[in-house]
Amino acid sequence: MKQSNAYILAYTVAVTFFCALLLSAVTLGLKERQLENIEFERKSSILSTVMELKDDTDVKEVYAKRVRGYVVNYEGKVIEGVAPEKVDVAKEYKKSPESRYLPIYEIVSESDPNEVEYYVFPLYGYGLWDNIWGYVSLKADLNTIYGTNFAHKSETPGLGARIATEEIQKRFSGKKIFNQQGEFVSVEMQKGEGMDYSNDPHKVDGMSGATITGRGLNQMLKEYLGCYINFIKSKQNNLSFIERVALY
Amino acid sequence: MSTQTAEVVKTEKSEPLFSKKNKKLLTDPLDSNNPITVQVLGICSALAVTVQVKPAIFMALGVTFVTTFSNLFISLLRNTIPSRIRIIVQLSIVATWVIVVDQFLKAFAYDVSKQLSVFVGLIITNCIIMGRLEAFAMGNKPFPSILDGIGNGLGYGIILVVVSVVRELFGSGSILGFKLFEATGIPFQGNGLMMLPAGACIVLGIYIWIQRSINGYAEE
Repeated sequence: MKQSNAYILAYTVAVTFFCALLLSAVTLGLKERQLENIEFERKSSILSTVMELKDDTDVKEVYAKRVRGYVVNYEGKVIEGVAPEKVDVAKEYKKSPESRYLPIYEIVSESDPNEVEYYVFPLYGYGLWDNIWGYVSLKADLNTIYGTNFAHKSETPGLGARIATEEIQKRFSGKKIFNQQGEFVSVEMQKGEGMDYSNDPHKVDGMSGATITGRGLNQMLKEYLGCYINFIKSKQNNLSFIERVALY
Repeated sequence: MSTQTAEVVKTEKSEPLFSKKNKKLLTDPLDSNNPITVQVLGICSALAVTVQVKPAIFMALGVTFVTTFSNLFISLLRNTIPSRIRIIVQLSIVATWVIVVDQFLKAFAYDVSKQLSVFVGLIITNCIIMGRLEAFAMGNKPFPSILDGIGNGLGYGIILVVVSVVRELFGSGSILGFKLFEATGIPFQGNGLMMLPAGACIVLGIYIWIQRSINGYAEE
């Protein structure tokens, strides 16, 4: 059967219209739930760098009670009127470091809401196949890594994808990002696996078969923490003399 | 002539819903006419999403949903679709259902949707779906088309689940996240090959071998 051009055209329009109608309805109807999921994941990733989240942990409540977020610029000055949860780190990553919005999350003590226990910084970078991202928490001295949380888009399962496991993430705990002279050196995951780097505060045991993902991780930590250097330095200068001596 | 065809239609309509022929539509794709192991369609995603059982189950359900509804809609429209643009009409209907699945996963099974990531979207290009539309739904009534869709979706799903059970068990030593080897106290070091697509290729090959020796099927 050969149809006229007008029929084909009308048919196309009709199919397009009904498909679009259905899709818009579905997308609009589910949008709220999807955004909730994304927000929940962001909150749990941040909290997971400073505490162990169990199934019954009320992430929303703990977050509301203990997390204070704000945004700074490259100079370390707080940018007023920008909510940290509205900052899309993936988009900021494409800008030059000097013009990025840099969110910071302070985790305050459970008993004293004025005492900051940890600072959590978002990270964004590139692994072997695609983007990797995560959060790193520093202790109040802004030097010692307390915990990390990494995620990835499509690193190789069983190899690079291991960055998303606790086994790899806890290797960073206790490492320091400044050397004894107070210079920023970051931490570096090494090539090869099974070595003991417990005496070296800047080296982390590597992942066998995932050297390039490891390099991406190093680059991400160095670049993103590097953006916060001015903020970190100014905070450290505010620490008392004794606290500063204890740093090194 | 016209009365004759009308009669044929009538007799077909009086056929019981689950006649032998209709049941075959449902069960054939599970074994003797399996889309993956016999027709060798949709291999790509079968290799990619079978590292763990849970995402494999969701993928199987997603594909079954898409084959069923695409088959139904194409079958309903089959007499009106202009033959010159039929592929693009099929494609837009398939794509619509795939996006619906994707959106629902994002809303109700967020962690699974992250694991499946791009492969949900890639259901659009899964040859099984377009294959069933062209081969079946374009020439059959809605009800048999639904059965054909469910059958082929499940035929795809059964392979996914079998392969993923083997891969998760020997790759990470667990089933649905439950650490089987740890719980039974058997020392076990995960097999890295099972975590890679190559592992799926091997498991799938063995499955096809077993299936063919049972069915006595041989390539002509």
